[in-house]
Amino acid sequence: MKQSIFKLSSLSHKVIMALAGLFLMLFLCTHLLTNLLMLTGDSSAFDQAVQFLSTNPIIKVVEYVLFAAFILHIIFGIVVWLSNNKARPVKYYVATGSETSYFSKFMIHTGLIIFVFLVIHLVNFFFVKLGLVAVPEYASNNHDFYAMAVVLFKDPLYSLIYVVCFIFLGFHLKHAFQSAFQTLGLNHDKYFPAIKVISTIYALVISIGFSLIPVYFYFFH
Amino acid sequence: MIKLDSKIPGGPIADKWSNYKNSLRLVNPANKKKLEVIVVGTGLAGASAASALGELGYNVKVFCFQDSPRRAHSVAAQGGINAAKNYKNDGDSVYRLFHDMIKGGDYRAREANVYRAAEVSNEVIDHFTALGVPFARDYGGMLDNRSFGGVQVSRTFYAKGQTGQQCLLGTYSSLNRQIAKGRVKMFPRRDMLDVVIIDGKARGIITRNLVTGEIERHGAHAVVLATGGYGTVFYLSTLALGSNATAAWSAHKKGALFANPSFIQIHPTSIPVLNDYQCKLTLMSESLRNDGRVWVPKEKGDKRHPSQIPEEERDYYLERRYPAFGNLVPRDVASRAAKERCDAGFGVGDTGLSVYLDFKDAIAKQGKKAIEDKYGNLFEMYEKITGSNPYNEPMRIYPAGHYTMGGLWVDYNLMTTIPGLYAIGESNFSDHGANRLGASSLMQCSGDGYFILPYTMGDYMADEIKVPKTDIKHPEFEKAEKEVTDRIDRLMAVNGSQTASSFHKRLGKILWDHCGMFRNAQGLQKGLELLNQLEEEFWKEIKVPGSKTEMNQELEKAIKVADFFEVGRLMIEDALDRNESCGAHFREEYQTEQGEARRDDANYSYVAAWEYQGPGKKPLLHKEPLKFEFVELKERSYK
Amino acid sequence: MDIKLKIWRQKNASTKGKFENYELREVSPEMSFLEMLDYLNKQLIEGGKEPVTFEHDCREGICGTCGLYINGRPHGPATHTTTCELHMREFKDGETIIVEPWRSKAFPIIKDLAVDRSAFDKIMHAGGFVSIDTGSAREANAIPINKKISDRAFDAAVCIGCGACVAACKNSSAMLFVAAKVSQYAMLPQGKVEAADRVQRMVAKMDELGFGFCSNSYACEFDCPKGISVEFIAQMNREFLSAKLCSHKNH
Repeated sequence: MKQSIFKLSSLSHKVIMALAGLFLMLFLCTHLLTNLLMLTGDSSAFDQAVQFLSTNPIIKVVEYVLFAAFILHIIFGIVVWLSNNKARPVKYYVATGSETSYFSKFMIHTGLIIFVFLVIHLVNFFFVKLGLVAVPEYASNNHDFYAMAVVLFKDPLYSLIYVVCFIFLGFHLKHAFQSAFQTLGLNHDKYFPAIKVISTIYALVISIGFSLIPVYFYFFH
Repeated sequence: MIKLDSKIPGGPIADKWSNYKNSLRLVNPANKKKLEVIVVGTGLAGASAASALGELGYNVKVFCFQDSPRRAHSVAAQGGINAAKNYKNDGDSVYRLFHDMIKGGDYRAREANVYRAAEVSNEVIDHFTALGVPFARDYGGMLDNRSFGGVQVSRTFYAKGQTGQQCLLGTYSSLNRQIAKGRVKMFPRRDMLDVVIIDGKARGIITRNLVTGEIERHGAHAVVLATGGYGTVFYLSTLALGSNATAAWSAHKKGALFANPSFIQIHPTSIPVLNDYQCKLTLMSESLRNDGRVWVPKEKGDKRHPSQIPEEERDYYLERRYPAFGNLVPRDVASRAAKERCDAGFGVGDTGLSVYLDFKDAIAKQGKKAIEDKYGNLFEMYEKITGSNPYNEPMRIYPAGHYTMGGLWVDYNLMTTIPGLYAIGESNFSDHGANRLGASSLMQCSGDGYFILPYTMGDYMADEIKVPKTDIKHPEFEKAEKEVTDRIDRLMAVNGSQTASSFHKRLGKILWDHCGMFRNAQGLQKGLELLNQLEEEFWKEIKVPGSKTEMNQELEKAIKVADFFEVGRLMIEDALDRNESCGAHFREEYQTEQGEARRDDANYSYVAAWEYQGPGKKPLLHKEPLKFEFVELKERSYK
Repeated sequence: MDIKLKIWRQKNASTKGKFENYELREVSPEMSFLEMLDYLNKQLIEGGKEPVTFEHDCREGICGTCGLYINGRPHGPATHTTTCELHMREFKDGETIIVEPWRSKAFPIIKDLAVDRSAFDKIMHAGGFVSIDTGSAREANAIPINKKISDRAFDAAVCIGCGACVAACKNSSAMLFVAAKVSQYAMLPQGKVEAADRVQRMVAKMDELGFGFCSNSYACEFDCPKGISVEFIAQMNREFLSAKLCSHKNH
């Protein structure tokens, strides 16, 4: 049943999801580092980084990989969710009280929220760069993201949605990070407890890190 | 008229089996493909036989009542499996293992069979290891051994307290391999209800599909019964609730002789009865007696908490009675001693039907950690069931029905008195005499299935190569099926008011009280009377709800209980016949002044093989004399 | 103690089932959960009603036959305990106990609380063995095996095939069951020879039978009565990955 779509076994599916996920996590790190440059007080450091990232040919190639990773991760995630639903056609009367990696239950939900955010985010920034969306009048050019951020984060509703989405992303990542290691077979009593801790730290860093920016712009800029 | 021929080959004991194997006829591979074998039961014996026969090229059909062959009750054996590897350099040998088994069985087993079981034991260990059975190992990576009840060498291979499970899963895996290859076809959830005999030979079986209720016919060139023992006849026993006598009993009724039915091992260390609805007694491995000390209060009816009873007011009765072996006396001796104390009013617990097994001294000496390493899982299991922690207070234990040394009579080929019908493992009588030593059942079952039956069956099959596939439309199949259906209809038609289990419980009590650890002629007669009355009541009052054409667990039980009445009666007959005490069979009239068993080798050195004579008729006794050429008969003393 | 029961009743695979309520008086806390059901059944039969069908055999936690989903957990509230080892002292007087069968597409219901777990056997047929014929084994001590590795193989081998992992998993995944067997053999020299083929065949069979994907929620480990670790799932993932990457096309 599950092999029908991609002719892949359940394990291969999971491995591809994990690899794509890990790549996305790496991307989040670089994205966060770049974004944090906005907190330096003026736009120069951030602009330089943007300049570098949008012109470097290697980064251009990586961008395609990034797209592929997003698409694979999302499609496979939905396939997994659909087939898992089929695996238990009649549900339990009493939902399971078993202690599980809590956020694993909500991966599809947090994932979909993140997806919606991703679309908004792309429209606001990335599509502008690509020229798919008109450059707002307050921005000097199609990659003047600093100016765009300043304006967008002055909107309390936008900032709130942004922060909430990153909290959900945190939930997603808390499970995802260690889960990817498990899927790739890297669970071992010597280091797996550490990986679980790192997973939580990583999730916290990402969600707090990204959330700092709207908070900064809304309250202090 | 059946004439018993044990077919024991001549020659020195050590050469009998190898010479015999060389003389057995073979079936060529092309012919094996045309031959069909039915194996009933998927425990260590059945699964190993089925896979070995499948490997040889026969077409094998395997049946079990469980939903999967992996659940057969061999899975519950805890302690270990014996082999004469002599890895410990402690003087063990095939001869010693043979000798220990003959002595442990109180000289009531056949020398040649026992020697062969000891001989193939080493191959069994090799094979299990090759199958990936994770036996315990020492730090050098070699297989470890431990000592076990009543012998002086360490020859027991083990996998924590789950040796049976690991060995069974090993045989299950070899069975799976043959199923995948198409050599073996598996029929789970089937109760075998009759054997079909055509022209004097076993040609098939009648089964009930436990999901649909359908009565099915299965034909073959030969039938192997690996259906285990009948210890559940006592209702409360250490066996699985589904274990039963029906398959073997149906063979008995069709002409297979039943040997030594009264030889039933009562295991000394089971968790006692805790409530009135209890239907199962859980065993605590015999290995616990390596460190635990058995005691009762010196004062009758002393109801104090065990920790309140000072050392000098405790009676370590095994150490007192058997100073040489102490707590490590064989099972039958330990069981009787416990019952004797309880019957005399010294028992502990609410019912007074238990004794203490105390680890206080062992914990003080070796530390809690050492004890935990050895018995952790058993202690945990005890606590789960009783709610009491054996690290803090002594365990309470009591003897429980465990293993049946008796079973279908078989010759050296493991064939019953019906040609083409074999019985292996616990379902036959052959290797344990009147008492089985610990860790030798796994050994015998897998030896029978992997290394003995595949050879001996070839000799029979050599005559079958021209015989076409059995026709299941044969009138004998019709007849057998009708008998089965009639019996089921009869049970369903009673429509009384009592459940099968309630009858089973009462029957078990009668047998336990009158044909249990201590027996006497008067009590046995009384038991027989009570049993007959209860059986009459059963056929008037049994209630089987539901219909026969669906999954119906109550019907399954009723069929089994109906047979247990007949098995119980034969047990009593056999116990009455044997005017001596030997092994697990203890007749109070025949004991020494110290209360130990007194054997009568002059008059009772025989296998009692009973022939069924029809309902309501007394069974006919055939005696197979036991000759001891290679061991000397001695009084079995553990003092 | 008195208890209330809400039990799933279903005549057979093709009819619809529903919950039935029962009240049971004078239950002893010393009873095992299944003895309590025996007690209920006795009353039902004597009252002319159909008893509840549930599966059980050894009643000492080793055969793996029993398995009920009790108050939202496979094998009930006690840890590392099979249903047959669960005792009524784990419940409160007056408590309502809800009993359901294992729910999984791969384990269809046969009757009431009995389900068909033959899918597990089918996975085993696909590769849960070491291919060695009787008689061809070499001397058992010819291959030393490191004690730690052998002990670990044992830890994987303790699986009783009860299906609690599937019942507990929100995705009805059989990964823990398959991983235990794959890992046991992959660790032992006897099983290594076929390890790459075995893991691929067993995983393919598992997928085919309709079990869900593993999403690493670890409920299986939590509810496994034998406490089998999800590390073995990682080990299987590892075995699978290396088999896929390293094994040749035709095997």
